[in-house]
Amino acid sequence: MRHVISALVRNKPGVLAHIAGMFAARGFNIDSLVVGRTEDAELSRMTIVAAGDEKVLEQIRKQLGKIIDVVKIRDFAEVDYVERDLMLCRVHAPPEKRSEVVDIVNLFRGRVVDVARNSLLVELSGPEQKVEAFVDLIRPYGIRELARTGVIAMPRGAQAQRRAAERQTTE
Amino acid sequence: MASKKTGTPPSGPAGPSRKGMTGAQIFHEMLLDEGVERVFGIIGGAVLPIFDVLYASPIPFVLSRHEQGAAHMADGYARSTGKVGVCIATSGPGATNLATGLATAHMDSVPMVAFTGQVKSFMIGNDAFQEADTTGVTRPITKHNCIVKRIEDLGRTIKEAFHIARTGRPGPVLVDLPVDVTVNECPVEPDVEPKLPGYKPQLKGHMRQIKTAAEAINAAERPVLYVGGGVIVAGASEHLRAIAEKGNIPVTTTLLGMGAVDENSPLALKMLGMHGTAWANYAVQDTDCLIAVGARFDDRVTGRLDTFAPNARVIHIDVDPASISKNVDVDVPVVGDAADILPRMLEFIEPKDRSAWLARIDEWRKKYPLRYDTDGHIKPQEVVDLLGQMTDHDAIVATGVGQHQMWAAQFYGWRRPRQIITSGGLGTMGFGAPAAIGAQFGNPDKTVIDIDGDGSFSMTMVEVLTAVRYQQPVKFIVLDNDYLGMVRQWQELFYGRRYSAVEHPCPDWAAVAEGFGATGLRVSERSELGDALKQTLETDGPVVLHVHVDPDENVYPMVAVGKGLHEMDLGKLA
Repeated sequence: MRHVISALVRNKPGVLAHIAGMFAARGFNIDSLVVGRTEDAELSRMTIVAAGDEKVLEQIRKQLGKIIDVVKIRDFAEVDYVERDLMLCRVHAPPEKRSEVVDIVNLFRGRVVDVARNSLLVELSGPEQKVEAFVDLIRPYGIRELARTGVIAMPRGAQAQRRAAERQTTE
Repeated sequence: MASKKTGTPPSGPAGPSRKGMTGAQIFHEMLLDEGVERVFGIIGGAVLPIFDVLYASPIPFVLSRHEQGAAHMADGYARSTGKVGVCIATSGPGATNLATGLATAHMDSVPMVAFTGQVKSFMIGNDAFQEADTTGVTRPITKHNCIVKRIEDLGRTIKEAFHIARTGRPGPVLVDLPVDVTVNECPVEPDVEPKLPGYKPQLKGHMRQIKTAAEAINAAERPVLYVGGGVIVAGASEHLRAIAEKGNIPVTTTLLGMGAVDENSPLALKMLGMHGTAWANYAVQDTDCLIAVGARFDDRVTGRLDTFAPNARVIHIDVDPASISKNVDVDVPVVGDAADILPRMLEFIEPKDRSAWLARIDEWRKKYPLRYDTDGHIKPQEVVDLLGQMTDHDAIVATGVGQHQMWAAQFYGWRRPRQIITSGGLGTMGFGAPAAIGAQFGNPDKTVIDIDGDGSFSMTMVEVLTAVRYQQPVKFIVLDNDYLGMVRQWQELFYGRRYSAVEHPCPDWAAVAEGFGATGLRVSERSELGDALKQTLETDGPVVLHVHVDPDENVYPMVAVGKGLHEMDLGKLA
């Protein structure tokens, strides 16, 4: 099973190494891991995509929770959420193939951000599955280079508000 | 420590201002604040400013011979007293030498704070002399670690280190201190308020879970309490005893849980697992309700997992949520501190006659008792057995790791918490001698014995010098069988008696001890064993007793790797 887990961590040196090291030491697999700043300068958000059965994912959540500099963990498995993965891809596109490639890019609401004689640089964002579907379609044309950010995620509004309300009632 | 009066009033309730103090002085103030009674370690270049302050400190310092020894001393001190053990090492090799001691404490949840020197903060990363990435090296073997790069953060960081080390599931915390941070003066009043938004150990057990657990226990015909070191850490032994006695529930302990119940109690089954007693292992395999308290279902305890306690509903009480359902699926988890949960659970435990169950266990106990032969060579078990009797089962006993450790666990006769000081999780050979010295420092009025093997003792016996220098009257009993005995046993049983790299000739340990300035004694005849032990215990100061024991003796029962507990090899006990 694929889970998107978000960890709010203290913005200190060594925290990324600690989390990556914990995954390696305990034999958990990371599909992607993204670190970025948040609205709070003292906190960063890590979004981790990990695969495993429920037992493994439970251990991942608990072991993350044990790390002192991890402030909060959220597994998006139980909530409705929005995820985005950003990709840059240089596709082999000689003049005779260029319009075909551009068609596919447009169908996926991607953007061509650079054009060279025999290639196009494409930017595309969306849920991981959408990005992967695009990559599958474009592969036959020849992928010269590909870079992806990995997934970031956030729960949808209504749920976030309900959760905040629940938190208030329990406190 | 007098602080400079500047004419301005102190800024907080913490007392006189610490503004303008050097990092080393702030460090010392924090140690005094935490009530640190003793520090173990070795001096070196990067910690000179700290030692300059310790020079005039009321906190005594113990100079070990190797940083591993210092770490194990802090560990033995912590395990035997329940207080936080503190050690210091210099940068680079000093810090890496601490690693084994930190990993040992981490696996066994021992509260420790280690301070290491570090090269100047602006030189970090330049491969300076005696530079090592200490926080990188120790990250997976500590509960927490950090490097202090700003003197303003020093006070708070030390406060946090002690708090993290001793609360929740305890563990070692390392604080890395660059030289410039300890040398420089703090331009502001240092902040000492812990700021740990991500650290909230769950201590209070959930009422519904406690009730559910009690109901499961009340419904059980054949319950067994399986108790680990967590009960001792929590100081919950009395609460545990109350539950066992109210419900007539037998109790088996892990290696680290020994002493959580008095083994004189008819409800005590002694140790379970790979070298546990037959009656404890059979009881666990037969129980319909296994109540794990402060234990973590280690593979040395469970044997083959899919056959472990096959008929049991499993209740697991532990302060560390990550321990629950890690190895064994748990039916009723209760997260929290045993000292909170057990007394609240006691109210719901119904008194119940379980004499049929206890009688059944007693049959196993009578049929397969722990025993040893009393002919020919001195048997190592008899040494431990006699020591238990001669010290009224009241000594603090440290051990190394191997056969002698298992015989100590099986035969000493544990009466109270914090009595056995042994490396369970990591299995650190060489732990015994320095850990015993640390325990003696923490318990000056107690008899402290290191029951050691010749292999383990060889690794750290240099610390006997520390015992001599600081007049710590530890009794080091070295059970010498001329082998790395536990490995030899595995080679005999599983590797066709191909005794590869396992013969272990030793020097005359008594002569070595005399050379070190300790009393050295030796015994190889069974008829002289009692007198030799008596003389060892009655001699003032540190004593090394070299006991030549039967080289071919094996530890039984034994559950082979991959076998279930019920498939244990009883060896001579059958």
